[in-house]
Amino acid sequence: MQSDHFTYVQRIADDQLVLGQRLAEWCGHAPNVEIDLMLANLGLDLLGQARALYSHAAVLEGKGRDEDQIAFLRTEREYGNLLLLEQDNGDFAKTIVRQFFYAAFMLPFWQKMSTSSDEELAAIAAKAVKEMDYHDQHSAEWLVRLGDGTEESHARAQNALEELWPFCGEMFEMDEIASSLLEQGIAVDSAPLKSTWQRRVADIVDQACLALPQSAFAHSGGRAGVHTEHMGHLLIDLQYMQRTYPGMSW
Amino acid sequence: MSALPQSFTQKQAFEIAAGVCDPEIPVLTIADLGILRDVELERDGTVAVTITPTYSGCPAMQTIEADVIEALQSAGFSSARVNLVHAPAWTTDWMSAEGKRKLKEYGIAPPAKTPCGRSALFESDAVSCPRCDSKLTSLVSAFGSTACKAHYRCESCLEPFDHFKCI
Repeated sequence: MQSDHFTYVQRIADDQLVLGQRLAEWCGHAPNVEIDLMLANLGLDLLGQARALYSHAAVLEGKGRDEDQIAFLRTEREYGNLLLLEQDNGDFAKTIVRQFFYAAFMLPFWQKMSTSSDEELAAIAAKAVKEMDYHDQHSAEWLVRLGDGTEESHARAQNALEELWPFCGEMFEMDEIASSLLEQGIAVDSAPLKSTWQRRVADIVDQACLALPQSAFAHSGGRAGVHTEHMGHLLIDLQYMQRTYPGMSW
Repeated sequence: MSALPQSFTQKQAFEIAAGVCDPEIPVLTIADLGILRDVELERDGTVAVTITPTYSGCPAMQTIEADVIEALQSAGFSSARVNLVHAPAWTTDWMSAEGKRKLKEYGIAPPAKTPCGRSALFESDAVSCPRCDSKLTSLVSAFGSTACKAHYRCESCLEPFDHFKCI
């Protein structure tokens, strides 16, 4: 049985790892080289955050595992990332909408986390704030460019909003683990971040001449390890090297 | 015979660590960049060097760590280790004036002082060309050869150049 503290840090690490992996999948496939560089670099930030978080989780666990063993050698049900982040890249509009939905949440999340009583988590957060700030800005401006662009880009951006909208509610959930750590001053209360997020999203969607989806339905399950079909496919790629050559390192 | 550890001082250890260059921008030392936070000489002669990453995912950190240890060992220190700390978070304001001068001479426009503009696509801060100092420059790519740099073009002298972004 893992401690709640370990599980909480590990699931935040999983969020960054999974989205970082998705962005890395774009490498060599983006619409142009500038976007290719942008997506790879945003992905690199997330992988860097994931590494720091996994290393911290390994210390909390105290069993001598390292970041790689935690990151690469679990089954699908043992990953606690948000469902939004494992969704396939789709077209460029879908990738941008996913990035914007997430960054607009993580910017205030990391800001709050930077005062956590867990000093290492607070330090990782203070660093991540600077990065999420430009993740938010880049994805927001791309969303405006796509929404207020051609008929084609507008339609694709609107489709992406509709498709990913039901995965956003999960970001603001507080399960027992998060709630108990909130009481200890370690976790962030994600629920009140919803209004900040909604304001930012509504503002950008409006600037982009797009319509805010109205559905109140929200998927859930990622934190408990119940994933969408995309997760298994992502893990096959992510874990291939460590599964085929156990313990392999560069 | 290796040199005796007690013949070394903390100051010497600091100078050796401070002289290690960044592998991506070899004209800058890690001291110029402001990522060298502390150097301690422990009782048994081990040098403990503390560094902080520029960006969470900076791929140069492992090379820097190995280079610091190698530099100290080849100078005769019996053992050295590098600690990575995240707090306080690095900012381009920690880059020394000397570092900014060297950067410009190398052809990279140095970072402005924080806070800096957030805009990604629609407007950008005026970045002066490091070669001809013209302010008529345009952003080509928000990410350049590394995450910490953006790619620009000078509209006066037509030279492409990197700009070390302010963070």
